[in-house]
Amino acid sequence: MRYAYYPGCSLHSTAKEYDHSLRAVCSRLDIQLAEVKSWFCCGSTPAHSVSSLLALALPLGNLALMQKMSLTEVVVPCPSCFSRFKSALYKVENEPELRQKMEAVIGSTLGNEIKVYHPLEIMSSEYQLDKIASLRKEELAGLKVVCYYGCLLTRPPKVARFDICEYPETMDRILKAAGVTTLDWSYKTDCCGASFALTKTDIVLKLSNEILEAAKATGADGIAVACPLCHLNLDARQNEIETSYGVDYKLPILYFTQLLGLSFGLSPRELLLRKHFVDATRKLEEAGLHAR
Amino acid sequence: MKFDIPMETVSEFADIVKETSGLGVDLCYQCQKCTSGCPVSYAMDYTPAQLLHATQLGLTELVLNSKTIWLCASCQTCTTRCPQDVDLAGIMDELRIIAQRRKIKAKIPEVPAFYRSSLTNISLFGRMYELGLIALLKLTTRSFSKDLGLGLKMLAKGKLNILPSFRGTLAARRIFSQVKGWEKK
Repeated sequence: MRYAYYPGCSLHSTAKEYDHSLRAVCSRLDIQLAEVKSWFCCGSTPAHSVSSLLALALPLGNLALMQKMSLTEVVVPCPSCFSRFKSALYKVENEPELRQKMEAVIGSTLGNEIKVYHPLEIMSSEYQLDKIASLRKEELAGLKVVCYYGCLLTRPPKVARFDICEYPETMDRILKAAGVTTLDWSYKTDCCGASFALTKTDIVLKLSNEILEAAKATGADGIAVACPLCHLNLDARQNEIETSYGVDYKLPILYFTQLLGLSFGLSPRELLLRKHFVDATRKLEEAGLHAR
Repeated sequence: MKFDIPMETVSEFADIVKETSGLGVDLCYQCQKCTSGCPVSYAMDYTPAQLLHATQLGLTELVLNSKTIWLCASCQTCTTRCPQDVDLAGIMDELRIIAQRRKIKAKIPEVPAFYRSSLTNISLFGRMYELGLIALLKLTTRSFSKDLGLGLKMLAKGKLNILPSFRGTLAARRIFSQVKGWEKK
C-alpha cells in the first residue's frame, strides 16, 4: 500500500529516530511512504492560538501538495500535526462555505476522498498485526512497557476518530503482536505539558513527573510513545525531573516503531537508540535482547 | 477585585466570541468536568469553568487579563468531556486570538512570545528551524541561560539541525501572504 508521508518538523530534527525507525518498519511491512514534496510546517499550537485562518491554511496547503502527487491518503506520525490535519479537514467537511473560502486561500481544490492516518492506525489492521507477528525475530516478552498515547491522538474523539478516547488500545495491540508485554495503567492519555517545555517548563516537569511516577509504580521497564513532543518531555527532561522532585526513574522512553524494529531483529544502532537521553541498553539486555 | 457584572441577559462579549469562532458558551451549566480534568488548572488564576462563566457574563477585562488563557495546554480534555458539547479548548484559542488582536499585555508574556517567534520562524523558513526559534525566543524573553545545558546536549546528539531547511519555504510563504491578504478583507 502506498501512502503520502508528512513527517512534520520534529521528525526531521528532535525526533529523527522516530522518522528513521518508522521508515525501517514500514518498509518491512510493505507500507510505502512517499514524502510530500516541499511540505511545510502545519502551524501546530502557535497557529491556532494566533489566527484561525492560518491554522486551517497551513495543514490544508500541505494536503494540496499531497494531491499534486496524485495521492489521497497521508500518514502523519506526529500527533500534533495529526490533530491539526484532522481538525482542518473536519472543519471544511462540515462547513461548505468555509471549504470554498479555504480553497481560495490555498489556491487549490480539495478532493472529498482525502484521508489522514496515524501510523498506529494503518499498522493495527488484522492483516498488519499478523504480518508483525510473522516478522518477529527477537524475543521481547521480558520487556514490560506501558503505552503512552498523549493528548492529541484521541482528542476530541469526533475529530480524531482514533480508538476509544479515554482508554485507547491500538499501540498495545501492535506491540503485543510484536511480542512486547504491555501493562494496563491510568495515564495513557494524560497531558505531558506539551509545548510549555520552552515557556513554562515547571508545568512540563510536574505533569511529566506524574506520568513517569505512574509508569514506575505500574512496574514498567520503559514507556512506549508515538509523539515526538511527549518523547522530548519524558526523555530529555527526565534528568531535570529527577533532580527537581528528588526521584530516580531511569525509565527509557522508546518510540513504538523502535520496539517494532527491535522485534524484527533490527539493531539498536540502526534504530538510533543512541539519540535518547535515558539509555535503554541495560533494560533491553535484561529483557533478553541480544543488543549488537 | 470587584467586577461590574453587566445586567443584559445576553453578553456582547460572548456574542463576539461566538461570531468569530462559531463556538457558543451559553450551554455551560457549570458541572466542572472541564476543571476536574484540566491538567493545568492548578496553575491558573481562574478555573476553566470560571473563565467560561466570566465569558458568558461579559467580563471582558477579567477574561482577557487572566493567566488562564495562556496556561491552557490545548490538550482538548475539556472539549472531549463536556456533556454539553462546549468546545472550551476552541474558545480558549479564540480568547487568545482576541487578546492578541486587542494588544492586551499578556499575564504570561512568554507564551505569546513563543507563538510569535514560532510563526516568524515558519514564515521565514517554511519548516520549523528549532535553533532559530530558541535564539529568537531567548532574545524576546531575555532568558539566555535557561536550558542551555539541555540545548547543548541535544546538539551533541544531533537532535537539532545546525542549518535551516529551505525546501518548504516558497510554498509556506505563499500561504502566509494569502492569509495576510484575506485577514485584511
